[in-house]
Amino acid sequence: MEIERTKIRALSPLEQPRSPEELRARQLRAREMLRGDLEGAELEGHVEERVMTTTLERALNTARANSLFPMTFGLACCAIEMMSMVTARYDIARFGAEAFRASPRQADMIILSGRVSIKMAPVVRRVYDQMLEPKWAIAMGACSSSGGMFANYAVVQGADKFMPVDVHIPGCPPRPEALLHGFNKLQRLIQGNPDPGWRRRYNAIGTEEWARGGPQSSPSPEAAEAYERARELANA
Amino acid sequence: MSTVEREVSRRPEPDALEPETELLTVNMGPHHPATHGVLRLVVQLEGEVVREVKPVVGYVHTGIEKSCEDKSYWKVIPFVERMDYLAYYFNMEAFCGAVEQLLELEIPPRAKYLRTIHLELNRIHSHLVWLGTSALDIGAISMFWYCFRERDRVLDLFEMSSGQRMHTRYFQVGGVIEDIPTGFAARLRAFCEEMPRRVDQYEALLDHNEIFLRRTRNVGIVPRQRLLELGVSGPLLRAAGEPWDLRKAMPTLAYADLDFKIPVGTVGDGYDRYRVRLAEVRESVRIIGQALEGLPEGPHIADQRKVVLPPRSELSTSMEALIHHFKLVTEGYRVPAGEAYYAIEGPRGELGCFVLSDGSSKPARVHVRDPSFANLQALHDMCLDGYVADLIQNLAMLDPILGGIDR
Amino acid sequence: MPDAPGLELIRQQIDEASPGAILDTSFDRRQAALICDPERVLDVLRWLHDTPGQEYRFLSSVHCADYLPAEPRFGVHYELLNMPRIERIRVKAMLSDPAASNGGAAASADPAAPGREAEEAAGMGALPEIDSCVELFPGAEFHEREVYDFFGIVFRGHPDLRRILLPEDYTGWPLRRDFPIGGEPVLFTHNEPSSPGWFE
Repeated sequence: MEIERTKIRALSPLEQPRSPEELRARQLRAREMLRGDLEGAELEGHVEERVMTTTLERALNTARANSLFPMTFGLACCAIEMMSMVTARYDIARFGAEAFRASPRQADMIILSGRVSIKMAPVVRRVYDQMLEPKWAIAMGACSSSGGMFANYAVVQGADKFMPVDVHIPGCPPRPEALLHGFNKLQRLIQGNPDPGWRRRYNAIGTEEWARGGPQSSPSPEAAEAYERARELANA
Repeated sequence: MSTVEREVSRRPEPDALEPETELLTVNMGPHHPATHGVLRLVVQLEGEVVREVKPVVGYVHTGIEKSCEDKSYWKVIPFVERMDYLAYYFNMEAFCGAVEQLLELEIPPRAKYLRTIHLELNRIHSHLVWLGTSALDIGAISMFWYCFRERDRVLDLFEMSSGQRMHTRYFQVGGVIEDIPTGFAARLRAFCEEMPRRVDQYEALLDHNEIFLRRTRNVGIVPRQRLLELGVSGPLLRAAGEPWDLRKAMPTLAYADLDFKIPVGTVGDGYDRYRVRLAEVRESVRIIGQALEGLPEGPHIADQRKVVLPPRSELSTSMEALIHHFKLVTEGYRVPAGEAYYAIEGPRGELGCFVLSDGSSKPARVHVRDPSFANLQALHDMCLDGYVADLIQNLAMLDPILGGIDR
Repeated sequence: MPDAPGLELIRQQIDEASPGAILDTSFDRRQAALICDPERVLDVLRWLHDTPGQEYRFLSSVHCADYLPAEPRFGVHYELLNMPRIERIRVKAMLSDPAASNGGAAASADPAAPGREAEEAAGMGALPEIDSCVELFPGAEFHEREVYDFFGIVFRGHPDLRRILLPEDYTGWPLRRDFPIGGEPVLFTHNEPSSPGWFE
């Protein structure tokens, strides 16, 4: 079986200078451009090399991904590991997400850290509904992804049962590094560059469920209708 | 309930209130930044003064006790661990102790010392997380980062001995699952040398801090007798002046051999609770140091093949070892019928585990008496006639862990 | 713990004070337990609380265990602690399920019946009852609510008996032994065809 491993494209598109002389040349060119000395083809060439041009959507997605405001939603044990992800050793501030908002109106992302009990599920759904679009959800740990080890009357077997989840992170509790890895995957998803991961390795592209905004984001007609009906019911 | 003398400036003047006062019912939580976990409080306010507070719990009820009835005894250990999720070693010890009492199994001395070391490390860990989050609630945000820095060092030690940071499943019935690796003792010694200096730093930040003193002094006082009636135990009871600690009263494991003190407060306000817990961290460091110096040689788990897995090296040579291994892994060990209630001193108070066995390989009832569940009943008394800001502080000093309350 | 002779002494003294309250004693693996008549449990607890020389003033826990299929079925345990003498004692009150003996099979055979109507139709009379000890030990409030929540045992005289850990409108008493554990079956390849469209 062919296993293909490719490096995931780096987030930053600008190239590093290869030598101090090149860096100096770039600085002089930039000064000339600012003075208005560059014209015509030279100007176009400089702008293409040094100024990042992109579509507005990509710029917006980059901004969204690099400054996510997570919501403080600690349910159980995973919340402690989420707290340790905020602290200095596993610093999530490196990725721009240190501003945890308590109010769902101000938050982009909800990290469901912990087991969702049947009493808490309507509360979670309500808080999730109060968040403004665009919003994402990470199911951290085994309990919120699938019910975990608690296959009983009191735990909802996966938060997928009542709300859409973008990234599932396995672990009980997942290490803060695992949570950061999942967080990076969410960032790539937001930037329109979802990481197929094992699907690429095992040639299983096309088996994903409908992920909002991703390249394979056209759902089957039945699924789309089902989602529509669910949305109507929720809004009724 | 008798009122206690407070500073005059804290009590609202009766004349200042309107003749017609209106009670406002406010709902705090279950999703709230200041409730430690998913606790819902229904508070009746008269202005800013709390007239009644009713906690509503159950938002993280996981049905652990019911799940335990379906699993063999050694599979119950990871379930029980996840109840009070900051004191996971204590949960394991309470359950294993109850089953060992039913089996009348004696654990080897090395296992007792190793268990003691890990329990005290867990106590330090729990108090550090408490201090970080409580100071965060009160407004001293830097404490959060400092406490979690130390906490990560404790978790490094846990990872070294068992492979997991949290919920390690390190204790088994009969002892501990694995002996400590080389290098653990040296690292633990370095940790014990450094930790008292860190506690000095925490005290330097908060002990004489004017804002911290104003918020915690003389706030949330409940008379000692009332706390005893409510079944409150742990640092809350000791801060009120009652010198009750199960480590000294009913010593188990290695506590009888070790020399340590129990910090006891005088007034029973928030400041005393803070001081008692910080002093407990110091005492825990002392306990760990002594236990490490006195760590006896020997097996790390009992030698009873009907209950404890045989060492893997024997599996290739001895047929009986293979049979025992097979029976233990598939069916599990049978515990003679009976019931046992085994209580230890957790970081929040008396943590007891009740196990009812019907003679089969699965327990018939596992119930954990969680300290936070009983301590939460004191919240009403603590917050009555205080301000809403004091309610937040009282909740922080109460140290509730909702996983233990809701199970 | 009080040792075995001490336990017998306590039993004798309680028998003098309130005869017939103690049905049996049990001293098993260094734990002392008094098995008492559920109608007289408050007498026993009050005696243990008040008598000078006994003074078990700290209630560690009130919990229940379902001894099905043994009769009587429910055992309500009171764990008491005497702090000055550092002794623990357990008081067990054994209750039977009135629904089973009345032949009210509809109430007990289908405990997870939807809707409150089933519960109300069964009526509170079909639930086992015992006196509440909240006046004696105020800390029993939450513990007794939990026992009611999990087993359906009604504590007479409790100030606020309602569900504490499960949702307010939940029907059924989950920790009884005949209540199913719940959850969903895990899907493997061999049982996937039995749940068509699970990925929708």
